[in-house]
Amino acid sequence: MATQLKVTGADLELIDVRKDFPGFTALDDMDLHIPAGQFFALLGPSGCGKTTTLRIVAGLETPTQGQVLIGGQDVTSMKPHERPVNTVFQSYALFPHMTILENVAFGLRQRKIDDPVAKAQEALDLVELGHIAARRPQQLSGGQQQRVALARALVNRPSLLLLDEPLGALDLKLRRQMQIELKAIQMEVGLTFLHVTHDQEEAMDMADTVAVMNKGRIEQMGAPEALYDRPKTAFVSKFLGQSNLFVGKVSDSNDSSVSIEVGGYKVTVDKKRAEKHTGKIAIGVRPEKATFHTSKPNLSSDHVMIGEGEIIDIRFTGVSNQYLIEIPNVGEVTVFAQNIGKSPVIELGAKVWVSWKVEHSFGLADLPDGSEEQD
Amino acid sequence: MAFAAFSSNTPNKNSGQPVKSGKIVLALLLPGLIYLAMFFFIPLVALIQTSLVKRVSTPSVHFDPAWNWQNYADVISRYWPQITRSFGYAFVATLVALLISYPLAYFIGVKVRHRPVLQRLMVTLVIAPFFISFLLRTIAWKQLLADHTPIMEFVHQIGWLQPSQSFIGSGPAVVFGLIYNFIPFMTLPLYTTLERLDVRFLEAGSDLYASPSKVFRKITLPLSMPGIISGTLLTFIPIAGDYVNASQDFLGSEKTSMIGTMVVQDQLVTNNPQTATALSVLLMGMILVLVTIYVRRAGTEELL
Amino acid sequence: MRKLAIGRFIFPLYALLALVFLLIPIVYTFVFSFNQARRRNTIWNGFTLDHWANVCSRQDLCDALGTSLTISFISTLIATILGTALAIALVRYRFRARSAVSLSLFLPMATPEIVMGAGLASLFFSLGIERGMFTVILAHVMFCLSFVVTTVKARVQMLDPTLEEAASDLYATPTQVFWKVTFPLLVPGIMAAALLSFALSFDDFIITYFNAGNVTTFPLFIYVAAKGGLPPEANVIASSVFILAILIVVATQVYGNLKKKRLALAK
Repeated sequence: MATQLKVTGADLELIDVRKDFPGFTALDDMDLHIPAGQFFALLGPSGCGKTTTLRIVAGLETPTQGQVLIGGQDVTSMKPHERPVNTVFQSYALFPHMTILENVAFGLRQRKIDDPVAKAQEALDLVELGHIAARRPQQLSGGQQQRVALARALVNRPSLLLLDEPLGALDLKLRRQMQIELKAIQMEVGLTFLHVTHDQEEAMDMADTVAVMNKGRIEQMGAPEALYDRPKTAFVSKFLGQSNLFVGKVSDSNDSSVSIEVGGYKVTVDKKRAEKHTGKIAIGVRPEKATFHTSKPNLSSDHVMIGEGEIIDIRFTGVSNQYLIEIPNVGEVTVFAQNIGKSPVIELGAKVWVSWKVEHSFGLADLPDGSEEQD
Repeated sequence: MAFAAFSSNTPNKNSGQPVKSGKIVLALLLPGLIYLAMFFFIPLVALIQTSLVKRVSTPSVHFDPAWNWQNYADVISRYWPQITRSFGYAFVATLVALLISYPLAYFIGVKVRHRPVLQRLMVTLVIAPFFISFLLRTIAWKQLLADHTPIMEFVHQIGWLQPSQSFIGSGPAVVFGLIYNFIPFMTLPLYTTLERLDVRFLEAGSDLYASPSKVFRKITLPLSMPGIISGTLLTFIPIAGDYVNASQDFLGSEKTSMIGTMVVQDQLVTNNPQTATALSVLLMGMILVLVTIYVRRAGTEELL
Repeated sequence: MRKLAIGRFIFPLYALLALVFLLIPIVYTFVFSFNQARRRNTIWNGFTLDHWANVCSRQDLCDALGTSLTISFISTLIATILGTALAIALVRYRFRARSAVSLSLFLPMATPEIVMGAGLASLFFSLGIERGMFTVILAHVMFCLSFVVTTVKARVQMLDPTLEEAASDLYATPTQVFWKVTFPLLVPGIMAAALLSFALSFDDFIITYFNAGNVTTFPLFIYVAAKGGLPPEANVIASSVFILAILIVVATQVYGNLKKKRLALAK
């Protein structure tokens, strides 16, 4: 039955889209292309413009300027009901005065498709809720409502499915479970998903491509692994996971690498992993890529080493221990050590040295907030 | 419910961004607004216009269009006792109705909150008088409180009234009728606000060392202010313009006539529309001034 | 301890007394509908069912009731349609004069009936319109309108606008969105407004008195009859209306209760 629902998604293109609200700009000249059949996530904090983007694609909001193309067709001036797009709303927006089955059949009836009830039943079966088709939305749990909302959208075989924080109202465990189901359904039906979320784990877990949005702009876009491995801006490096950032003037540069000086230590990054090679730049490393040593280690030049410093906080989170290390003239550095019984027994106040491989450094295109003014 | 009409605007949680669309708004608004203009605002203008005409009684009674402000002077001098009486009655009746209704509304809204069936039954009983004719209710009291009824025999016996005095036809009888008839209008808005009152605020208050009376004055009362405002307005305004209770055919006599009595008399009995309308305009104006002052005061200072 | 115990009794006792006070005239009216009396129904003469059996022995009374029902029905219908449209526009659309419109809809509620009655009478007089059922209906629609708007408005404000967005996302045109989603969800509020409007119209005396001309509504009949003596049949009609209204209220509450229970059970 899933094959019956199988459709080919269309690609989505936003050209120079801008949205001004009284007093602020929600979207700032945005260009975006999502290839057909992709699971695409727009990730960002609240107010970054991701929901506005989605609403513009759905036709619920009119852009101040720019064009929206779905499958090559310009839909900018089309009303929501004319667009080949369906949405799963954050609050699910199930019609409380209709049964589950009627909710799912709603779109089919509007388009006067033959046999809407049978098709709706089929879609409910796909999300494994066929047995409660006669119930009302209020009688369902959050997870069930979520799946009904999904079925109600999918049954119309849209070229593009929009998901507005669809898992936001679910508790953590259910959310992870639904992530798996949602991904499976997307692979099965093969349409283009545009998923809006503020949950980085959710975005990285499900999407083929993630675009990180901030202040009405896309900061960086790419495969989840690439984004995590090489964030290009301070915002992305902090929003997607955690980062230790070091800011300094370039002191040394050769064919393959760039180094800056921070508090008397040399922090190096591969040239091909750095956005900027001159002037004042920021170099970062992920906390789990760094390790610490209880005595000054003797390392070759393919490592960065800073210290000594002092452990000022230890947090036990289960799978890993998180250490906060204060290094004079540098600041605080976070190091994650996996909890596999091999890391040294260490206590608050211990003197340590921090190191990581140069290949794990990344160089940013901008500087973290507040570091421009100080020298 | 409509009884929340006078309370301050509740924040509009869900309505999000109102849609803007010219033609639809116009289609929705125009019929109602035209109706409102034709049968509310134009009548107000007609009222003012009529209040300024000159009544000429020779050769036969007719009315000349004029700017005859004298009508207002006449009305004020002639009907001053009725004007003061109307607002005096309205003030006393509203106050007493508030004192009677508040504990009742508090009991229904807060005390029996955990017993929803009882709560709903009590609300139904509060609005029950709405379902029986206003006039019949008042007639019932007239007959129950007439001379020589058991109630009045008792009242005379314990000496509240002299044997020669009748209760019906007196000022207190009219105020009594007004209080009775408008208690539901007072109780319902009070109930709607008190029902939503979060008792955790009261618990927090007493947890922070406030005595029960202090909790009431500092927390319960300020939080029920919207209900008090809408209740007092829903009571005061109709009472000030009431006709039925003070009428001789119901609970009143010549000595209890109010503004409403005189408007009806001049308009429908003695054919003096110019004074009837001048009195109406005065009533409306005074109410608007009083309500504006009251809402301003209650809305800002008292709430603090 | 003692203080607490007294407090526990005083509150319910007070509430009980207050409710009894509110019910006294209703009980009186009901009891005296069984009184063996002809014209002056003031002194208890003994029990009879005659008045209930032959309500329309007073033809004029039944005519007045019929007139009242007709007027209330038509006014309610018009006021509900106009008021619902206004309420939707006020909550859902942004337009320049929104607060001015809100204020002008609030004003009629802050206007004493006597002022509205006299104003309408002045208007009909100066336009030379003869007063009668038509003018009464015009007047009733006017004073019901604001109450309809406030009641429906509360319901529109509770309505989640994403439901309408979802409908348009699912290919419903604006008209279809209204009839398939917005309107069905507003029905409880519209019904409440209509009932309120009907009750207000049915019981109105003052505005009707000013604008009725030769038409006699039920309250007007009572008013006139009260001078000479009220026939017990009037008590019968008022009691029946009362019982009917209470039944409607109880029925809606029981229905709502059942629905809630069913939902709770299903979960």
